[in-house]
Amino acid sequence: MPGGFQEIGRHGVNFVRTVGGMFMLLGKLIISFREVHRSLGLLMEQLYLLGVKSLPLIVIISIFVGAVSAWQAAYQFKFIGAPLRLLGHAVGKAVVIELAPVLSAIVYAGRVGAGVTAELGTMKVTEQIDALESMGISPVRYLVLPRVLASVFMVPFLVIFANFVAIVGALVVSIIGVAISSETFLTGFKYSFELSDFINGLIKAAVFGFIIGIVGCYYGFTTRGGAQGVGRATTSSVVVSMVLILIFNFVFAVILFRI
Amino acid sequence: MAAPLIQIEDIHKSFDSLRVLEGVSLNIERGESIVVIGQSGCGKSVLIKHLIRLLEPDSGRVIFDGEDIGEYDFMTLSKLRLRFGMLFQSAALFDSMTVEENVGLGLTETKRYKPGKIREIVNEKLELVGLTGVNHKRPAELSGGMRKRVGLARAIANSPEVLLYDEPTTGLDPITADMINKLIVDLREKLEVTSVAVTHDMKSAFEIADRIVMLYGGKIEFDGTPDEVRGTTNPVVRQFISGSASGPIQA
Ligand SMILES: Nc1ncnc2c1ncn2[C@@H]1O[C@H](COP(=O)(O)OP(=O)(O)O)[C@@H](O)[C@H]1O
Ligand SMILES: [Mg+2]
Repeated sequence: MPGGFQEIGRHGVNFVRTVGGMFMLLGKLIISFREVHRSLGLLMEQLYLLGVKSLPLIVIISIFVGAVSAWQAAYQFKFIGAPLRLLGHAVGKAVVIELAPVLSAIVYAGRVGAGVTAELGTMKVTEQIDALESMGISPVRYLVLPRVLASVFMVPFLVIFANFVAIVGALVVSIIGVAISSETFLTGFKYSFELSDFINGLIKAAVFGFIIGIVGCYYGFTTRGGAQGVGRATTSSVVVSMVLILIFNFVFAVILFRI
Repeated sequence: MAAPLIQIEDIHKSFDSLRVLEGVSLNIERGESIVVIGQSGCGKSVLIKHLIRLLEPDSGRVIFDGEDIGEYDFMTLSKLRLRFGMLFQSAALFDSMTVEENVGLGLTETKRYKPGKIREIVNEKLELVGLTGVNHKRPAELSGGMRKRVGLARAIANSPEVLLYDEPTTGLDPITADMINKLIVDLREKLEVTSVAVTHDMKSAFEIADRIVMLYGGKIEFDGTPDEVRGTTNPVVRQFISGSASGPIQA
């Protein structure tokens, strides 16, 4: 069994090193904020590449998220005999509070988190990051700051669209598949809609964007060992982002919704 | 005699359990062209990266122009790096940028020159390395030799005092390699820089060096002029320059 203990010890050391490394990067990021004005052009570019270009994917996913929520809710309502006029209410709450923020963030982690890690990881193993530093340019300011900031802005931006599109998807399914009128659905939705849910969803989304950005950059910067290393770093980045998103989401739920 | 421009004092560097540098000390004089030779994987890149603190030693110091660069804060370190130019082993061009953007990046980001002025400097540097008409090409469209030359133009863009070359000829055909060697000698005369190169290419070392040192077993094994290298009886150096598989060095 000593091998087993050693294994656990090694994982423990790696875990501490990873967490420490992420906080160190966070510290450097905060320091680099002083020079944020010099990264505005890069920020604009990343807002477009990371955010705007994710929009089609978010829209497609959200249509089906809304659609399946309406379908499942209708099925369960029928089963327990709940009135269908509550459909808009139930689906609206689920989408605005949980589904749109969490699923958008997960999709964003898959697309953007992976992309950022692969890009920075490739730059790392081909010495492009060393080259930046050798020219007196801070890689944190030049690469991390624009990507993290863009994610903090763009995940909430995407969630706004996700909310809207998912509700439309649910509405369409309700009309066509469940045969309730759009008035019935929308009355239920409006009745239950609270601005604070929506705002909280966006705040969550910003936190998720921050997590995806910093985790993506961290794994990119610590990539070692060629193409295989880039692949490994990308996988770790996405897995860690997704797990952190779900953990933080649960923490938010416990804080915001006192049972 | 004036103090050396760069003093490397007893540097030790390990990665986890891998001990790479185990007490390297070396003085580099102003205006000198020094070449560090050694086997692949012996720590040449690790050593040269310490000169601009891309890596930090576990113990030991690097003194540049009388100052310990390990004590520098981030801003001072950035200023120090502007006095250096580095050509990386794989050129390390930014593949999302054109040749012109690569060469001009340092000027754009760290000096507040106008775009016209930057273009002028970029063209001048590209001409110095013998490249014209490739300004708008991307690195992926260039041959290995051209990439190295772009890397070189980028390294000299800021008119540095010290040029660092990490294996400038590795991976190039002999003719292109020789062109790069000539270019290094040429640039040194034109720009009057101090240059530090690391390589395992002996032909290149003999061509560009005033002084050759050999890194072996994490330490400096030998230090002398090219003629002293040719005439040495040191078995490690002799084996390395003759490229023989039998001898004290084991692959
Ligand atoms: N950042 C790093 N992390 C871990 N190991 C490294 C790192 N950089 C270099 N090494 C290891 O140090 C040794 C020396 O590497 P290097 O200096 O690149 O050799 P070379 O003399 O061929 O340039 C190699 O075994 C390499 O794997
Ligand atoms: Mg090397």
